[in-house]
Amino acid sequence: MQGVLYDFTGLIQSIDAVFRASMSDLWATVLEYAIIGIIYLVIYALIGLFLVYAERKVCAFIQVRLGPNRVGPKGFFQTIADFIKLLLKENIKIKNADGVLFNLAPFIVIVASFLTFGTVPFAKGLQGIDLNIGVFFIMAVSSMGVVGILLGGWSSNSKYSLIGAMRSGAQIVSYELSVGLSLVTMVILTGTMQLSQIIELQSDGWFIFKGHIPALISLIIMMIAGTAEINRGPFDLAEAESELTAGYHTEYSGIKFAFFYLSEYMNMFVVSALVATVFFGGWMPLHIGSWQAFNHIMDFIPPIIWFILKSFALMYVIMLFKWTFPRLRIDQLLKLEWQYLLPISLFNVLLMAFVVYMKWYF
Amino acid sequence: MAEEFVHLAVAGTEGQDLEINMGPQHPSTHGVMRFVVKLKGEVVESVQPHCGYIHRGIEKMCESLSYPQIIHLTDRMDYLSAHINNEAVCLAVEKALNIEVSDRIKYIRTIIAELNRIASHLLWWSSMCMDMGAVTPYFYAFRDREKILDIFEETTGGRLLYSYNCPGGLMNDIHPNFQKRVKEFIPYFRKSFKEYDELVTGNVIFQNRTMGIGLLTREQAIAYGVTGPAGRGSGFACDVRKRAPYSAYDKVQFNEILYNEGDSFARYKVRMDEMLESLKIIEQLIDNIPEGSYVEKMKAVIKLPEGEYFQQVETARGELVVHIISDGNKTPYRVKFRSPCLSTLSVMDLISRNQKIADLIAIGGSLDLVIPDIDR
Repeated sequence: MQGVLYDFTGLIQSIDAVFRASMSDLWATVLEYAIIGIIYLVIYALIGLFLVYAERKVCAFIQVRLGPNRVGPKGFFQTIADFIKLLLKENIKIKNADGVLFNLAPFIVIVASFLTFGTVPFAKGLQGIDLNIGVFFIMAVSSMGVVGILLGGWSSNSKYSLIGAMRSGAQIVSYELSVGLSLVTMVILTGTMQLSQIIELQSDGWFIFKGHIPALISLIIMMIAGTAEINRGPFDLAEAESELTAGYHTEYSGIKFAFFYLSEYMNMFVVSALVATVFFGGWMPLHIGSWQAFNHIMDFIPPIIWFILKSFALMYVIMLFKWTFPRLRIDQLLKLEWQYLLPISLFNVLLMAFVVYMKWYF
Repeated sequence: MAEEFVHLAVAGTEGQDLEINMGPQHPSTHGVMRFVVKLKGEVVESVQPHCGYIHRGIEKMCESLSYPQIIHLTDRMDYLSAHINNEAVCLAVEKALNIEVSDRIKYIRTIIAELNRIASHLLWWSSMCMDMGAVTPYFYAFRDREKILDIFEETTGGRLLYSYNCPGGLMNDIHPNFQKRVKEFIPYFRKSFKEYDELVTGNVIFQNRTMGIGLLTREQAIAYGVTGPAGRGSGFACDVRKRAPYSAYDKVQFNEILYNEGDSFARYKVRMDEMLESLKIIEQLIDNIPEGSYVEKMKAVIKLPEGEYFQQVETARGELVVHIISDGNKTPYRVKFRSPCLSTLSVMDLISRNQKIADLIAIGGSLDLVIPDIDR
C-alpha cells in the first residue's frame, strides 16, 4: 500500500530533512524533540479525556443508564468541563504533610505513564521511542509509577492514604512479575524486543495465532496482571472507595488529583496498546497465510485504524472487568499472583521455549 | 507472605496499632455512624461503634404526641421498612382497644409490608455489593426498586415514608391500579432476580469474599439478640411472622429461610431467598383482597386504657418491638422501641475481629445496618 496514511516513515523523514536543511544538526534535533514532546503531550491529554468519556459511557451502558448527555453532543464535552473544573480547584495544603514529596508524587506517576506512552506504536513510522529493548523499557519505566503512589500515600499524613499506598505497593510489585514473564514468553517467540520489529514479524499472522497455546495462556495472564498493575477494578484495592475512601489520592485535589486520574486511564491505554502490539499485531492488518485477495482487502484499512480498533476493543474488555466484578481482598489478590499466576507463567515460559525449540509454531 | 508484608509495612513501629476513624463520614457506613477501628496492618483488632450522631429522641417525642401522630415518627426510624414500623404501632394500639380490623385491611397491610421488605432488601443488596466494590448491582437494584416505589406512590402517596397505616386501618383505599401493577411486577421481578444471581451470587470473587467471613454462631446470635435475616443466617429461627403471626401471615404459606453457616454469605442468601418468599406471600394475597372498608370506625381522640401494651413485628432487619405504657391519656406515658439494628450492631466487634478491613466492610454490609434505626 502506498500513501501517507499507510506509511508515515516517508513523511517523517521529509519533515526531518526540511529541518536539517535549514539549521544546524544540533538545533534541528532539539527542535524536533520539543515538537514531538508537545505533540505527544497533547495527544496524551486528548486520549485521556476521551477515555474518561468512553468509560463513563461504557459504564452507563452496563448499568442501564444514559451516562453524560448534557454537555455537547451526547455529552462529549463533559470530561472537558470536568477537567476545567479540576484545574480551577484549590490546591489544598495538608497540615503536617511532607510538602516536597506530596507535590512530587503526582509528577512521578504521570512521568512514568507518559514515558510508556511514548513507546506506543500508532502506525508504521509513527512511534515516539523505538528502542531495540522496547519491551524491557516499558517494563522498567512503568514500574516507576509505584514510587509516586507510595510517596503520595506516605506524605499525605492520612491513614487511609497510607494503607492504600502500601496495598498498591504490594500489588504492583507482585503483578509486575506476571506481566514481565508473559512478555518474556512472547519475546521467546518473537526473538526481538523492539516493538516495531515485533509488529513487522506479524505480517503473515498475529502472534496470538502463531504461538497458539502458550500465547493464549500468556494473553490471559497478561490481561489479568495488566489490569492489576494499573490498579483498576476488580484489583482497585489501592483506591477501594468503600474501604479507604479514595486510597492513596484521598488528600489530593485539583490538578494533582487530575494527574493521578489521567495517568490511571493512560496506563490502561498503554496496557491495551502493548497487548494489541505483542499479541494482536499492533497496526498490522489481519493477514491470513496465503489468502492473497483477503490480505489485500485488509490492507486497504489504514494501519492507524487497525491499531485504534484493537486497543479500544481491549480497553472495553478491561472496562467490563471493572464494572462486573466485586473487588478482591488483599490476601486473595496476592494469593492469586503468587500461587496461581506466577507458577503458571513460569511453566508457560518453559512451554513456549519448548514450542519454539521444536518449531511447533506457525 | 502477603500478611507479613503488609503488616511490616504499615505498622512501622513495633507493637503500635493503627487506629482509624471509620465515619461519621465514610462511604460505607451508610449514614452517620462512627467506628473506631484498631488495626494491626490490614487486620482488625477491635471495632468500637460510637452512635448517637443522628439521635432525634423519637421515644421522648412520642410522649407528647397522640397515637395517630406517632405513626409519622416511626416512619423515620428504620426508614427502609417504614410501613412495617407503622404497622407495629397500629397493631399495638388496636390490641389495646380490642379492635379486630377487617380482613381487607390485614391483606393490604401484608401485601404492602412484603413489597416494602423486597424494596428494603433490594437496597441492602445494592449497597452490600457496592461495599464490596461492585457498582453495577447498585443500579440494577435501584431500577427494580423504582418499580415498587411507583406502586407505593400511587397508593400511599409516599415513596420512602408512607404513613399509610393508621390506628384502626389505612389512611386511604388502594389505588384501582394497585392489583394490576403488583401482578405485573411479580413476573418481572422473578426475571430480574435471575440476573442478580448470575451477576453476584455465583461470582467466585464474591463467594471468596463472603464465605467463612464474619462467623456468628447460633448461641452468639441468641445471646446478643440478633434477629432478622442476620440471626436466621446463623440458624436462629426468629421470624416473628411464623412465631407470632400478625396481620394476614397466618393465612399464607411461606417458608422461614434458615441457614446454619452463620457467615456473611449465609446472611446474604437468607435475604435473597426471603425476597422470593415475599413474592410468594404477595401472590397468594393479591387476588383475594376481600371487599369492605379500608378503616374501622375509631373515636376521634384515641385514648388507650391504662396498662402496658406490647407488639412485635418482623421488619426487613429483624424483630421490632413496640412497648407502650399508657396512663389513660391521649398521649402515651412512655414508648419503647426495641429496634433490630442496635442488637445487630452489638455483634460487629465480635465477628469482625481478626478479619481484614475489607471484610469488616463486607460484614457491615451483610448485617444491613440502618443508622437512624440504631439511634432513633
